[in-house]
Order: sequence, then structure tokens, then C-alpha cells
Amino acid sequence: MTFRERLQAWRYNLIPDHLVGEILTKRWTDNAIPFLVLVVTVASFGASIPGFFKPYSLQESTRQLGEFSVVVTGLTVVMLGGGIDLSVGSIFALATFAAVSTFFIFEMPVWVALVAALATGIVCGAINGYLVGFLRLRAFLTTLVTFIIGRAIFDILVVNYGADIQTSMASSDAWDFIGDGTVFGFSIPVITAIVIAVITHVALTRSRPGWHVLAVGGSRRSAHNAGIRVKRTVFLTYVFSGLCASIAGFLIATRLSGAGPGTGLNLEILALTAAVVGGNSLGGGRGSVVKGLMGAIIVLVMTNGLIRLGYGTGTNQMVLGIMLAVAVTIDIRWLKNRHKVLNEVYVAPVYLKMGETQSALPGSGTAYALDNRLSEADHIGLGELEGPEDVILDRNDHLYCGTRHGEIVRFFAPDYTRSEVFAHVGGFPLGLAFDRHENLISCVGAMGLYSISPDREVKKLSAETARSWTSVVDDARLRDPNDCDIAPDGRIYFTDSTKRYDAHDWALDSIENRATGRLLVYDPKDGSTKTLLDGYRYLNGVCMAHDGKSLFVAESWACRVHRYWLEGPKAGTAECVIKDMPGYPDNINRASGGHYWMAWLGMRTPSFDLSLRHPGMRKRMTRRLPQDEWLFPNINTGGVVKFNDKGEIVETLGDLSGNAHPMVTSMREHKGQLFIGGILNNRVGRYKIAGADESWTGPASYWGGAQ
Amino acid sequence: MQGGVPGNDMKSWLNWKEMNQERIVLLIAILIFIVASFTLPGFFTPDNIVAIVRSVSVLGILALGMAIVVIGRGIDLSAVAIMAMSVAWYLQLLNDGMADGAAFLLVISGVLAIGLLNGFLVAYAEVPAIFVTLASGSFVFGYVRSQLIAQDAVPVPLGHWMQLFGGVRYFDIPVEVFIFAALAFLIFLFLRYTKWGRYVYFAGDNPVSARNAGMPVRPMLVLRYVISALIAFIAGLLTAASLHSINTRVVNSTLLYDIVLVAVIGGIGLSGGKGGVRNVLFGAALIGIMLNAMTIIDIPLIYQSLIKSSILLAAIIIDGFLNPRDEQTAQQGDI
Repeated sequence: MTFRERLQAWRYNLIPDHLVGEILTKRWTDNAIPFLVLVVTVASFGASIPGFFKPYSLQESTRQLGEFSVVVTGLTVVMLGGGIDLSVGSIFALATFAAVSTFFIFEMPVWVALVAALATGIVCGAINGYLVGFLRLRAFLTTLVTFIIGRAIFDILVVNYGADIQTSMASSDAWDFIGDGTVFGFSIPVITAIVIAVITHVALTRSRPGWHVLAVGGSRRSAHNAGIRVKRTVFLTYVFSGLCASIAGFLIATRLSGAGPGTGLNLEILALTAAVVGGNSLGGGRGSVVKGLMGAIIVLVMTNGLIRLGYGTGTNQMVLGIMLAVAVTIDIRWLKNRHKVLNEVYVAPVYLKMGETQSALPGSGTAYALDNRLSEADHIGLGELEGPEDVILDRNDHLYCGTRHGEIVRFFAPDYTRSEVFAHVGGFPLGLAFDRHENLISCVGAMGLYSISPDREVKKLSAETARSWTSVVDDARLRDPNDCDIAPDGRIYFTDSTKRYDAHDWALDSIENRATGRLLVYDPKDGSTKTLLDGYRYLNGVCMAHDGKSLFVAESWACRVHRYWLEGPKAGTAECVIKDMPGYPDNINRASGGHYWMAWLGMRTPSFDLSLRHPGMRKRMTRRLPQDEWLFPNINTGGVVKFNDKGEIVETLGDLSGNAHPMVTSMREHKGQLFIGGILNNRVGRYKIAGADESWTGPASYWGGAQ
Repeated sequence: MQGGVPGNDMKSWLNWKEMNQERIVLLIAILIFIVASFTLPGFFTPDNIVAIVRSVSVLGILALGMAIVVIGRGIDLSAVAIMAMSVAWYLQLLNDGMADGAAFLLVISGVLAIGLLNGFLVAYAEVPAIFVTLASGSFVFGYVRSQLIAQDAVPVPLGHWMQLFGGVRYFDIPVEVFIFAALAFLIFLFLRYTKWGRYVYFAGDNPVSARNAGMPVRPMLVLRYVISALIAFIAGLLTAASLHSINTRVVNSTLLYDIVLVAVIGGIGLSGGKGGVRNVLFGAALIGIMLNAMTIIDIPLIYQSLIKSSILLAAIIIDGFLNPRDEQTAQQGDI
């Protein structure tokens, strides 16, 4: 290895570039910037204001924070639903007045004051909701106007009744306790804020109405077309926002025991800035209560801090204006460009030096030398099939194969001219196997491991395994289940080829060449799925050895076959039995005479082998070139290889004509004939094997019975 | 939209089937005017009518700027802040002894900068206009108030041309009325006869098609916000000229909503592409007559504000019915 290559290997194999892309796929990265701002804000103001972190100071500022967070939580819900509510400030003020007047002027009990405040909020919210939700008015302007109306009404009320409130003698312990008391050191507003935040969070993430809000905000039209009652959902978000504003209004009423011209002034722009700075998207669908809370803390700490630091009139507005503009701009730009950034950085190729291989050239004299025998295969279902990745035959000689339309098609013996859709599974059925009870087990691409009973009942067996501890992206889900086989004890061994890409992006996985393939086992006794092997380059075909004590598993991009031991001294370990093949192996199946068939989906090329030693080049390629011009494994020439129990190659079949089966992803021997499938083929091939045991069948080989 | 008030085809103009918001507004304005003339003492006098026109001139000028932006499917919530704060800064510089020319250049470049910034964020960063201008309005007020001027109100320095300018009258009509008329005529010419003026309608009606048709949609957007900022500056100068000082507290008043009210109530659809200078004139007429009548009846300011905002809400609701939005065609994030 040259020094340059060694550097490349270190650079691309040791630095985990792929984590950047994986982290960017996480939705919590949206929170990272607001959280950083939060930390910086609190730290810098905490450092510059003496006594900022003293308990008493904290308690006083958190009281205000509690009230403010409640308002922001309400506004967040409205924004998640795709709207905006600027009238929170006046609803807040009106609710304060309602509570204060009920308590001081009418001298009613505290709970009546609470009911009055909440009723005010709900009514105001309902008016907003009716105008914006049902009449479809523009949220921003409409709530701006209801804000002015509410403010005007509040000003009139304060002018007329403000004096009555101040001169009232009413008092109550409960009122004072809500305003000044603490429970375990927490003031009532803080507790209220936490309770409301938790309830709202749970409702948004785990309840039907909450999902409806997110759906409407995410795509109003799709939500409408999906049958969600969009107008009612929008209406309810405004009612909720009004309710939250009124709760906050009640809290401040008890704290200040009065209402004046300053009550709730500028609250709308504060709350709006908080919601947006926290990272809630304008236009809805993206955001959370937590973001709203972070924004609330940032904004309140900053504005209060500026006042306490003695900056003059106007500084707050200036800072708020800058924060709002910057946050909105970042939000818009980030939403627009996030997927571009992700596309740019997700593919992170690694260095690999493939081993020297034997030639597969026709007439080269090696065991791998391709010939033209497969071109003699006749065809089944020509033009009717699309993508029979795997084929299998049952005891009655019927032929089954999957299609890219998510169906399992059955061709009837003996001439295989008649066919029917045996079952519709969905996804892309790949590997097939029959179990002892003649259930057809299939690895369905992008879905998981499925079982189809003889009477066509489709059942999901497994779609996930245990998550590994170091994973960033959830690797519990099976992204690319590829092939399966069944041990004598009924356990199903299957592969999941990659954790990084979905099944249709297999070409990207080959270009990246990162080892993330897994071998898994599903135990039908308890329904559990376990990961046995991890970190292989696209694990593909699986085949149980004839004695049932070990299995063979193909590692496509490394051109290797491993034997995984189920019993014996090496149980639980894997060893490489065939390496440096000239082709990329796909499915492996049993052959008569104690041998095994293995498909080559394509052949290695010197150019791609070379590119594997230049990860930087492959990275640039995926970024700068259109997909059609990428260099990835050749899949236009393949073949079928027969090997024995020790991994020695017995013979190799090919189709040099390129007409019938240039690429092969699977093959099954059945009564002296070889049935050939290919994921890009429009047929199943049938080839008469010279000198094969004409009584040998797969089901009998696995489960015994009549040969 | 056609310019000028039609005169000789009154009959077809009053046809019920041809009714639209603009005509309704004009009729209501005339109706209120007639009723007030007969019932309110001192309403139908030359002095009062001049006072009405004068009171709406500044509002009307600001509404002209708003109209250009709204026709192009935007909104400018920073207009009042720019109006008050630019002039306050200008007067503060003069009071601090800076030469008039230098101060004026400095301020007008500041005004242009804010207009450009608004336009840039809306056009190129694709941030909704409503947020850009809300934020920039807040910033302009906060920055000027905290950094550049000393107190809420800044007086016009003694002997400055603005002091004299405020008292200028032709035919007993104050000068700002003429300026309002001249600006209205200029903007009418711009919107009606210049290429970019026509483009404002196309871009407001359907920005994507306008862009696909090859119009410079983004530079035009920037231009509109710059025009709006400049018009706000002119309105501020006139205000200072007539009051001999500028009070920055006007930013926190409901003036901004009065501007939107004048534009919207005159029939300039908020979804863009509709309306013209005539709508602003009608809207301003209605608001001017109404405010004047309410003042004569002696309705307190806070009630006036309630009445105005209720009318604005009604106008928005009517606008919603006249220009309904559809679930299938509404744009995501169009708030």
C-alpha cells in the first residue's frame, strides 16, 4: 500500500463522516441552534447581572417566565397548525381584567374569577378560530385586528373601572397564595407552565387531535384530502391559544392584583419572537412545545436582562426585531435547504482495497471461467413479470416468485404457462423460503420478514431487531431485508443488507461501501429477532448447509462468502470460505449432490475496484455528477456458480449472449432443472442441468418426505 | 383599474349588479357626509372640509406607499416606524448642529437601507413580508430610540425650513394636501403607464407566472419596499412640518392599522393584484369623514379606536368573501 493510499484509508475509514449525515437526519438537530442560543443567553446574562442565579431572584423571574411560557405554548400550538395568533396580548389583558373585576368589583370567590378569565379566553379564541378557521381569513391580519379590538375594549374597561378595582377591599388567602405562594420552592405559574407544557406535548405527539394539528400544519391540502376536518382543527388551535393566554392572564391577575394600561403590552411580539426563536416553523407542521419553551426562556432572559442592565427605552424592541428577523430568516433558509445539505453530506465513502481475483474470462481455464450455457435457458412468464428477485418451488412443483409490484406470483406445474397472484404483500418481495409447514417465508424489501400461509394469509414476522448502542439513526428497523433461510429447528436466518440506505438506494450503498450489513435470526417460538453478525458489506444470500449445522452467507460488495456456525466448536462465529471472487454474490441455494448454487448479480470491473481505493473521488462523484453517470458495480453480466461444502468452486455458468440471463440474483434446482431469477429481469429462466439428480427437490432436501 | 372619478356615466356606475367594495365605500362615505352635513353643527363648513382633507393627507400618503406594496402581494408593517424614526433622527442631527444637507443625506440613505433590507429579505431570503417588516419596524424604532435620539419627541429647530413649510397655504388649503394630490397623481402614473408599474399587478396577481414570463420579480419587490420607505419618510417630514415636532410614540399607536384600514377598505385586496390609487382616495375619504364626524360628536379616542378596528375587521371579512381562498389552491405557509 502506498503512503497516499494509507493516508486515504485513515482519512476515510477512521473519521466517521457518515455521522454528520446521520445526525442531520434527526429532527432534534432543529433544536440544536435554539439550545445553543439558550445556553449562551442564560450564561452571558447570568454572568453580567449580579445575583441572577440567587434563589429569590430566580423565583421572581420564573414567575413571570411561567406566565409567559403558558402564552407561548398556546401560540406554538397555533403555529404548528399553520396559523398565527397575534391577539394573545389582548386576550391576556382581557382575561386579567375579567379575573380582577370578578374578584375585586363583584367580590366573587377565586374560582369564579378563574372561570371568568378562562371563559373570556375561550370566547376570544373561538372568535379568532371562527374567523380564521371557518371563514378562512388570513391569520396574521385577522388576529392583528382582533388584537386591536381587544386592546381597545381593554383600554375602555380600564379607564372606566380601573379605580373601582384599586379601591376594593376584597381579599382571599387562595388569591394571595396563587399570586405569591410556592409549593416545594416552585411558584404556581411555574407549576402551571410545566403541567400545561407536558399535557400539550403529550397531546401533540401522542393523540389524534394533536396529530391532526401537525398534519394540518404540515400540509393543509393533504390533510383536507385525507379527510381531516381542517377547519375545525384550526378553530380548536385558536381556542386553545385563547385558553392558554387567559390562564396566564389569571396568574398575573393574582400576582399583581390589578390591571392597567401596561398589562400585556407588547406581549404578542414577545410571544411570537419566542416561538420563532425556539425554532417553530412559520407555516406550521414543524416544531414542538419544548422549542416554544426554549424560545420563551431566551426572549424573557434577554429582555429582562437588558432592562436590569440599565439599557434605555427602545433597546428591547431593537433586540427583539433583530432576533425575530434572524430567527425567521434562518428558519426559512434552513427548511428550504436542509434536504440539499443532507444530500450533500450523507454519502460518505470508505476506502477498500479489493483482493486480486482469478479471471472469469471464457476459456481462461479457471474455475470461474464463464460460458454460454445460461443462454440456452427457456423462459417462463416472459413479459408478465417484473423483477423476480428470487424463485422457489413447492412440493407440487409449482413455481413462486416475487415482483416489484409487491406480489407473489405462482406459476402452475407442469408447463408453467398459467399463473396467478398468489398473495399481495406490498413492498418488494425478495428472498423466499418454505418452512416445515409449507408457509412461504419472504424477506420483503423495505418492509421486513413476512410469512404467507398455504391458504394465502399474509403475516408479518419481524420488522425490527434490537437497536445497537452506538447507532445514531435508529438501526432497529430493517431497511433492506434481502434473503432468508430456515434451520431444521424452525429458526429463520435472514440478512438486512444495509443500515444506511433504503432498498432502492442500493447503488449508493455500493458506492459508499460502508460495512453495515447484518445477519439476523427470527425465532418463531417467541417471536424475537436477534442480530448475529453486523458490519459486513451488503450481506445478501443465506443458505443453510446440507447438514443444518452451519449456514453460508454472501457478502456482495466484498465478493466473499462466509460460513456462520450454528453448532459445534465454532458456534456463533463466522469464517470466510470463499474470497476475492470475480463477481458480486447474491442468493445462495442448495444444489443436488451436496453442493450449493450461488448467483452473481454482476461482475467486478477494474475501474470500480480502483474507485474503491479513491473514496474522495467517489464522494465528489455523488455530489457533482448526475446519477446516470455514476460509476457503480456492473450488473449487466452475471452468472451462476456451484460450490461444494468446503467452498471450492465446482463449475460456473454464464450467458455471454446477454439475451436471456445476463444478471442473476437467484436460482433453484428442482428435479434436474435450474430455475433462474433476476431482479431486473422480465422472466424466470429454466435450464436443464446435465447429469443432475432428477429426483432432488428443495422441500425434500430441507424437510424430508418423498423425493 | 381605471383612473379618475367617472362623472357622466353615473347611471351604469350605480347599477346594483356592478357593486363592488370600492363603490360601496364611496357610497357610504357620501352618505355619512350628507347625514353629517345636516345633523352635525359645524361639519359642512369650508374650514372643516379643509380640516378633513388635511387630516387624511398624511394618512393617505402613507396608504399610497402601503397600496403599492399590497398590490404586489406584500405588506409593510414598518411604515410608521420608518416615518417617525427617520424624521426624529433627522431632527436630532439638526438639533445637534449637523449641516442640513449632510443630515438629510445621512437620513435618506438610512431610509433607503431599511427599504432595501426589507425588500432583500422578502425577495431573496423569501421570508414572509409580514415578519420581515414587523421585525424591521421593531428594530428601527428600538435602534433609533435607544441609540440615536434623546427623548420621545424631537422638535423642529427654530428657523428651519420645515417650520415655515408647515404654514404654507395656497388658496387657504394647506400645502400637504397638494403634496398628497401630487404624490397620488405620480403613483397613479407609475402604476398605470410605466412598465414596472404594470408589472406590480402581474407580480401581485401571480408571482410565479410573472417570474416565468421573465419579469424581474425580485428586483421589483425590492423597489416596492424602497418606494414605501421613501413615501413614509415624506409623510414623516410633513407631519413634523405641521406639528413642529415629531413624537416617536406614534409608532406604538394604531396609526399603522389606520393605514392598512385605508388601503383595505378602499378595496385593495390583500391577496394582491387588485386596486389602485383611486381605492386609496376613497378609503381615505371614508376614514377622514368618519374620524372628523366622530370627533365632532365628541367620541373619546379609545372608542374611536374600537370603532375603527371593528370596521377594519368587517373590511377584512368582506375581503375574505370577495376573494375567497380555496383548500386546493391555497399556498402552504400563506398566513
